[in-house]
Amino acid sequence: MTAPPSLLRLPLRVATALASAAMSAAMAGAPPPVPDTMAQRMQPCSACHGKEGRATQQGFFPRIAGKPAGYLYNQLDNFRSGRRAYPTMTYFVEQMSDDYLREIAAYFASLDLPYAPPQTVGAPADEIARGEALVRQGDAAHGIPACTQCHGAEMTGVLPAIPGLLGLPRGYLVEQFGAWRTGQRKALAPDCMAQVATALTPADITAVATWLSAQPVAVGPAAAGTLARPLPLACGSVP
Amino acid sequence: MRASRVAALLAVLLLAAAVLVGWLNVRGEEPLAGDAASFVATPEQVARGAYLARAGNCAACHTDRGGAAYAGGKGIATPFGTVFASNLTPDARTGIGGWSAAQFWRALHNGRSADGRLLYPAFPYPNFTEITRPDADALFAFLRSQVPVAQVNRSHELRFPYGLQASLAVWRALFFSPGVYEPVVERSVQWNRGAYLVRALGHCAACHSPRNAFGATRESLELSGGLIPLQNWYAPSLASSAEAGVADWPAADVAALLQTGLAPRGAALGPMAEVVFRSTQYLSNADIAAMTEFLKSLPQTPPHAAAPAAAMAPQVRVHGEALYKDHCAACHGANGEGASGPDGVVYAPLAGNRKVLLDTPANLIHIIVNGGFPPSTPGDPRPYGMPPFGPSLKDDEIAVLASYLRSAWGNAAPAVSALDVLEAR
Repeated sequence: MTAPPSLLRLPLRVATALASAAMSAAMAGAPPPVPDTMAQRMQPCSACHGKEGRATQQGFFPRIAGKPAGYLYNQLDNFRSGRRAYPTMTYFVEQMSDDYLREIAAYFASLDLPYAPPQTVGAPADEIARGEALVRQGDAAHGIPACTQCHGAEMTGVLPAIPGLLGLPRGYLVEQFGAWRTGQRKALAPDCMAQVATALTPADITAVATWLSAQPVAVGPAAAGTLARPLPLACGSVP
Repeated sequence: MRASRVAALLAVLLLAAAVLVGWLNVRGEEPLAGDAASFVATPEQVARGAYLARAGNCAACHTDRGGAAYAGGKGIATPFGTVFASNLTPDARTGIGGWSAAQFWRALHNGRSADGRLLYPAFPYPNFTEITRPDADALFAFLRSQVPVAQVNRSHELRFPYGLQASLAVWRALFFSPGVYEPVVERSVQWNRGAYLVRALGHCAACHSPRNAFGATRESLELSGGLIPLQNWYAPSLASSAEAGVADWPAADVAALLQTGLAPRGAALGPMAEVVFRSTQYLSNADIAAMTEFLKSLPQTPPHAAAPAAAMAPQVRVHGEALYKDHCAACHGANGEGASGPDGVVYAPLAGNRKVLLDTPANLIHIIVNGGFPPSTPGDPRPYGMPPFGPSLKDDEIAVLASYLRSAWGNAAPAVSALDVLEAR
């Protein structure tokens, strides 16, 4: 003979109630469970990129919040594959699957956070003028396209894989050009930015970085959705 | 008269030593039968070889970052200089396209290349020598099925006299003898399979065993822990319950660590994260069970009485506690108890944590300075991670914090100095 189901259920219910009471007692002094969120998983990134991927005004590290997901994924893969070299980034991503890198890229791309005030103030007028000319018109005589031709008229990037150029630290911008010139930073071939960086003079690079880092950024600047084709240069990371 | 006799005697002795070294370097070698064309692989061999290549983690060295699979070129830093991994793709000129199966076997089993050169033991043939011939042939079949990549092998960059073949011959005479895996009859088939995977293919001893001054692993101290040369990571002892021994772990936890990188009592970080990511996550349940049985059976050395931790000066303790509250407690808990999410432990408890308490503080310092993520695997596809504190904390602060971790909540391990941090950074 087996007991009717209802008789079995009663002690089970009592046991369940007791167990949950005991658990909540144990939990009373315990911290809440770790949130099952990307924000929690990406805590390590904030050590350099700032809270929620928004770089600090003074820092060297680039803002990653709100950059196009395709661009961010390409950079994560570049670090994993050795096309970009920064030991901490390589160390963080080298044992991550493609799926996770795409999710990380999508997470930071989805953040829409206010920008800090521009970092560069009071730069010499001639440097600012040269920088703005290069950004808006380029330098046809030296084969340098305008930044705005690819990065969008507002320089807020173009989906899915061209980054915005505003709100970045001046030192970071200068170093990226330097890294492209020396081959320390690469992108998928053909590497258009390596061509641009090589064509610019050191003074041009300084001027461009100065002007870009002096621009205020409006709230929530979205990356542009489309771009006039063809691009002035062939870029492997923008298929 | 006497001098010339001594000289003659010396010459004879030198000649005898040279002959002995020469003989020791070729002992156990079989005649090379067949050539490159005479080896015909079966599809089963190729598939088996692909699996074995992962079990042996060949790609960890033979695939460079961002480079073509198995085309070599990656530099392996050793205390004697840098050894560059070779091209294993079947390119006829620069890879192993012209090799016979017998030559490939001789490389694994005897540590000699197809052209007769002695190989450097950064290629872990002291472990691979126990790989069976059928497994070697399967690996060869798999590598020959790869896309040939023309990439010339880079010359090693070793300091004098380590770059000389004669020096290597002496090293091999002293520290290498070819071997085969001899099953232990008192043990189960599964145990023997695990021992074979751990000792031969998996070459776990390459990191987890101590090395002598000549860079040779010491067999008598098998898997008893070793500092990985030039990486500042300590591969903890698998034969000590105070380090990374798993004798008292549930088998399921050992399997979880190897297959997912995450176990209730710890996650794989640093070099072990790479091992899980590239190798052990792909192993079959049967092979993981076999390795688990073997690892759980390793004789555990009793924990030696550690030097008693000197009592921390009260102001240092207060400083350490403050650093802990500011930087660590949000994740690891107010009392080092760790924290869990819906699927189990996310942030490791630090109270009683073996990583924190290891005699050598290298790993603890590494983790505080660099942070890191466990590998993303199907069993833990979206790992949580730890921030790097190297950019925000000074050496002496890290030393104080590490010392606090090693003495709080019942932990008792020697303090860490700023010099330790400087050395490990």
